[in-house]
Amino acid sequence: MTVSEHSESRTVSGGTATLAAASGGGKGVNVIDDLVWHTVCPVDDLMPERGVAALVDGVQVAVFLLAEPFEGARVHAVQNLDPFSGAHVLSRGIVGTRGGVPTVASPIYKQVFSLVTGECLALADKEPKTGLAADLTAYPVDVRDGVVHVGTPA
Amino acid sequence: MVNSSVPGSAGDTQREAARSDDTQRVVVVGGGMVAQRFVEALRSRDTENRYSIEVFAEEPRPPYDRVGLSRWFTEGPEALTLGEPELWDDPLVTLHRDRRVMAVDRERRTVTDRLDKVHHYDHLVLATGSYPFVPPIPGADLPGVFVYRTIDDLAALRGWVEQKREASPNKPVRGAVIGGGLLGLEAAGALKALDAHATVIEFGTHLMGVQIDQGGGEALKRLINNKGIAVRTQTATKELKPHKRTGHVGRMEFADGGRLDTDIVVVATGVRPRDELAREAGLEMGERGGAVVDLACRTSEPDVYAIGEVACIEGRCIGLVAPGYTMAEIVVDRLMGGDATFPGADTATKLKLSGVDVASFGDAHGRADGCVEVVWADQVAGIYKKLVLSDDARTLLGGVFVGDAGPYAMLRPMLGAELPEGDPSAFILPEGGNGAALGGLELPDDAAVCSCNNVSAGQIRAAVTEHGCTDVPGVKACTKAATTCGACLPVVKKLTNTELEKAGIEVSTALCEHFELTRAQLFDAVRVADLHTFSEIIGRFGRAPEGATSPGRGCDICKPVVASILASQGNGHILAGEQATLQDTNDHMLANMQKDGTYSVVPRMPGGEVTPEGLIAVGQVARDFGLYTKITGGQRVDMFGARVEQLPDIWRRLVDAGFESGHAYGKSLRTVKSCVGSTWCRYGVQDSVGMAVELELRYRGLRAPHKLKMGVSGCARECAEAQSKDVGVIATDKGWNLYVAGNGGQRPAHAKLLAEDLTREELLTTIDRFLMYYIRTGDRLQRTAPWMEEVEGGLDGVRQVIIADSLGICADLDAAMADHVANYEDEWKAVLDDPEKLRRFTSFVNAPKESDPNLAYVAERGQHRPATDAERAAAASGAEDAPVLISGPSLEVRS
Ligand SMILES: Cc1cc2nc3c(=O)[nH]c(=O)nc-3n(C[C@H](O)[C@H](O)[C@H](O)COP(=O)(O)OP(=O)(O)OC[C@H]3O[C@@H](n4cnc5c(N)ncnc54)[C@H](O)[C@@H]3O)c2cc1C
Ligand code: SF4
Ligand code: FES
Repeated sequence: MTVSEHSESRTVSGGTATLAAASGGGKGVNVIDDLVWHTVCPVDDLMPERGVAALVDGVQVAVFLLAEPFEGARVHAVQNLDPFSGAHVLSRGIVGTRGGVPTVASPIYKQVFSLVTGECLALADKEPKTGLAADLTAYPVDVRDGVVHVGTPA
Repeated sequence: MVNSSVPGSAGDTQREAARSDDTQRVVVVGGGMVAQRFVEALRSRDTENRYSIEVFAEEPRPPYDRVGLSRWFTEGPEALTLGEPELWDDPLVTLHRDRRVMAVDRERRTVTDRLDKVHHYDHLVLATGSYPFVPPIPGADLPGVFVYRTIDDLAALRGWVEQKREASPNKPVRGAVIGGGLLGLEAAGALKALDAHATVIEFGTHLMGVQIDQGGGEALKRLINNKGIAVRTQTATKELKPHKRTGHVGRMEFADGGRLDTDIVVVATGVRPRDELAREAGLEMGERGGAVVDLACRTSEPDVYAIGEVACIEGRCIGLVAPGYTMAEIVVDRLMGGDATFPGADTATKLKLSGVDVASFGDAHGRADGCVEVVWADQVAGIYKKLVLSDDARTLLGGVFVGDAGPYAMLRPMLGAELPEGDPSAFILPEGGNGAALGGLELPDDAAVCSCNNVSAGQIRAAVTEHGCTDVPGVKACTKAATTCGACLPVVKKLTNTELEKAGIEVSTALCEHFELTRAQLFDAVRVADLHTFSEIIGRFGRAPEGATSPGRGCDICKPVVASILASQGNGHILAGEQATLQDTNDHMLANMQKDGTYSVVPRMPGGEVTPEGLIAVGQVARDFGLYTKITGGQRVDMFGARVEQLPDIWRRLVDAGFESGHAYGKSLRTVKSCVGSTWCRYGVQDSVGMAVELELRYRGLRAPHKLKMGVSGCARECAEAQSKDVGVIATDKGWNLYVAGNGGQRPAHAKLLAEDLTREELLTTIDRFLMYYIRTGDRLQRTAPWMEEVEGGLDGVRQVIIADSLGICADLDAAMADHVANYEDEWKAVLDDPEKLRRFTSFVNAPKESDPNLAYVAERGQHRPATDAERAAAASGAEDAPVLISGPSLEVRS
C-alpha cells in the first residue's frame, strides 16, 4: 500500500518532522488514522532505482525511489528482511518491473517481490525459512515537503 | 575362483568385498572403444552385481576415442576420453593396461597374459579390433613408414616429422599417404596440420571409393587439392626405396614408372581383424578372417563372444564403431538374460577433415535394382550431392554429399523411409530449397538419428516428454546421442527444441520479458546504435510485456546484462550515473554478499604474488575489523563478515597499503593462478609468475558474460592447473602453449589447445581476441566452455575467426582490448575519491551510526562465523549449553 497524498484532515506536527529527529523512530512520530507515521529521511537521500535501509521503530524497512511514479508514487517501502535467507538485505536488491509492476529482487536467492503489495512474484525454486511468509509487509509511504514518512499500524 | 590377478591398488579389498561367491567373471580381451561400451553397458544394467569384469588391454592407456584420433594432434589426449573415467574405479571392474592376452584355453576356460599369468573366465568377450593392413610392398618396413591406428602411432609420426624438420630446417618435410580412403585423407590432413607436404596415392579410380561414386570422388579431389594436398589416383606403389645416406624411406616408385621423393610415408590401405587369438583357440573363422559370430554375437564356442571389428557378423567384419557398439549392447543383453539380436549394420560415414564436407549413407553407389538417382553438382564450388531413391522415387535408399554435408544429418535417419510428397531434389538444391525442404521433415519415431550410439528419434523425443530433459545438453546426457562423432547434433537439437516447444517449455532465446534479443544480439545492437545508458537501450530495443504499453524498467536479469555490455564498451565507472542502478548487489557494493548479508573483501594479488608487508597489512585490516580470513582457490586472501558501512574504511586502509580491487564480485577476470616457474623451480622453463602478473594486470576489471579464470604453469608438469581455466597458459621450451575454455566447478571442462609455442606478443594478441570474441558473442552467464560448444564451428571456428581473421573483425577486437587496457582504473579507489559514490555505503539512512542488529556470530577455530538458526534459537531460549553469540555491531571497529 502506498499513500501518495496526505488528506487535508491530517495534522502535521509543524516542523518537528526534521532529519535531526529521525533517528530510529521514537521521535518525529505522528499518529493519524490508526497509522503511526515515522519520519525517515529527505527524499534527496534516496538514489533512483535503488533502495536504502531504515530503522523504523526498531524494525528494518527497505525504502525505494522509482525512476518514474507508479500509480502516482515514486517512493515505496517493504520489509528489509528477506524471508528466504533470513538476512536483512532487500534494500540492496535490483529494482525493476514485472509486467509493469515495480519489483525488487532478493540479492541472495533471487526471489522477486512486488514493491506495491509485497507479494512474492517468483519463488526461484525455494521455500521461505520456517516461520516466515513468502510475501513481504508493504508499508504506506508519504512524501511531505521533500521528506519521506513511513507508516506502521498504531 | 582360480588364478585371479588383481593389481595391488587401493581398491582391492573393496573389489573383493563387492564380489560375492556367485559373481560370474567376465574377461574382455582388448581395451578399445567397443570394450569400453561393453563395460559401461554391463555395469549400468547389472544392478544386482552378478558379473565382475576384467579387461585386458594391449595399449598402455584406458580405452579412448579412436574415431576422434586425429584430434590428438590439436587437442591432446584428454580430448579423446570416452565416457566417465569413474567407470574404471568401479569395484567390479578391473582394467589391466599394457597387458596383451597371448592365449585362450577353451577347455580350462582361461586366458594367459603376456606376463604368463593365467586368468579364469566364465564368459569371454573378444574385442580385439583390427590392425592396419600393410600390403607387401618392398621397403614397407623402412624407418619412416607409419600406420595410423593408435595414439602411439600418431606420437611416432609427429616425432618423425619434427626430427626431419630439425635435421633440415630450411626444407619442407615431404609426406605421402598410400590409400585414398577415409583414413588416408585424415592422415593427409594430419600431415598438413604438422606443416608437412602431403600427397595421397590412390590405387582406385577415385578417392573414398568405398563410400562414394565417381562423381563425388571428382568433386572431393578438387576440395582436397584446395586444402593443399596433392592426389594421384590409379597409381599402384611398387616399391619404397631408402635414402642412401640415412637409410630412412626416401623415394616411392610407382607401377607406371613415376616416382616421388618423400621423408615420410603413412600406409592407410585398410584394416584386418586381429583374430589370431580366436584362430589359435580353434574358433570358426570367416573367409576373410574375423571370428564368426551369430546374431547374438556368440562364436562357435559357448560362452565366448566376439564384438566390434574382430567379429565376422553376417559374413563380414565391419570397420565402423556404431555396429560394434550395437554388438556390445547385444552381449550385455544376453548376459542379462535377454534375447537381443543384431539388426544389421548402418554403414553411414562422414569424413572428419576440417573444411572438407563428405558424407554418405545407405546404397551410395546406387546398386539396388531399378533405383533412381537425383544429382546436383557445382563443379566450380566442388559440390556434389546425390540421392538414391527406389524406382518410384519415394523411398530413400542412400546418398552422397561432397562439399556440403548439410542435408546428411537430416536425411540419413530417413534411410529406408518414404520422403514426403514433392520433388526430392528439393533436399539437395542449394540455399532456399535445401533449408525449406529439410526444415519440414518430420522424422518417424523409429528413425535412427544417432548411429554411433543407436538412438532413435523416438528416444530423443521421450527424453523430453518422459524423462524431463529441458535442453540439448540434458538430452545428450540422457540418451548419449551426439556424444561420439557429433554428426547427428543438428538433428538432435532440432528434435529437442521441437519437443520442448510442443511441451510448452520456453525455448525462446529472449533475455527476459524486457528484451526479445539474446545477450550477443543486444551487445551488437548497443554497439552499432552507439548507446550508453539503460534508458536509451530499453527505449530503443526493449519490448512491452503482454498487456503493457511500455517495456518498463528492466529486471534482475537484463539489468546486469546491460551493465556488463556497457562496461565492455567503455562507459566509465560501473557506479557512474544510471549504471549504478543496473549492478547487482556484489557489483554495487564492490564486494561479495554472503548468506547473512555481510560482504567478503578480496584485494588483488596478481599471479598470487604478495609481499610480506602486503600480507601484514591485510592481516592487520582483517584483525582490526574482525574479519574471518581464508585463502581462496585463486591464490589470494578473502576476508569475510564486512558490513556495508565498513567497506569504505576497510578499502581506504587497503588502498593505502597499495592494494586494489580484486574484482571477486564481478562477472569479470578473477585471478591468474600461477606456479612459481623458472625463477625458483628447478623444472621451470619460463617465468610463469611474471607472465601471470602481466596477464592479470592486462585483463583486470575486464567484464564478461561470466567470471573468467586464468592460469599459467612454468612447464608441462602443470602445477598451476591451467588446463582447468578459461584461459590456460603452459610454458614450453619455445614459448607458450595456449589452452582455452576449461573450468572446474560442477561441470568440469578440460581446456582445449588453441595454439602452440607462441611468443609473448602472439600470446597476448591471441588471448585479447579470444576474450573479446567471447565477450561479444557469449550468452548471459555462459562460461567459455559451453560457449565454445555452441559458437559457430567450435574450437576450429574460433581459430578461424581470431587467428585467420575469417570474419575480418580482428582489428576491431584488438582495438576494443586496447581500449580496455588504456582505460583501466581501480574501481575502489575511484569510489573512495567520490562522495557521491560513497553515499550508498550506509547501514541505515536514518541511523548511519547503527549496524544491522540481527547479525550474530559464534567462535570457531580461533575465528568466528555466522551463527546457525539453531544456535540463535538456543541462545534466545537461554539454554545452559547455548553457544555464546557474538553480535555483529558489538565488534569493536578500530580505525
Ligand atoms: C583415424 C581413424 C578414424 C576413424 N574414423 C571413424 C569414423 O569416423 N566412424 C567410425 O564409425 N569408425 C571410425 N574409425 C574406426 C573405429 O575407430 C573402429 O571401428 C573402432 O575403434 C572399433 O572398436 P574395437 O573396440 O572393435 O577395436 P579397437 O578400438 O581397435 O580396440 C581394440 C583394442 O584391443 C587391443 N588388443 C588387440 N589384441 C589384443 C590382445 N590380444 N590382448 C589385449 N588387447 C588386445 C588393441 O590394442 C586395441 O587397443 C576410425 C578409425 C581410425 C583409426
Ligand atoms: S609447472 Fe613446472 S615450473 Fe611450475 S612449479 Fe610445476 S614443475 Fe615447476
Ligand atoms: S551419429 Fe555419431 S554421435 Fe550421433
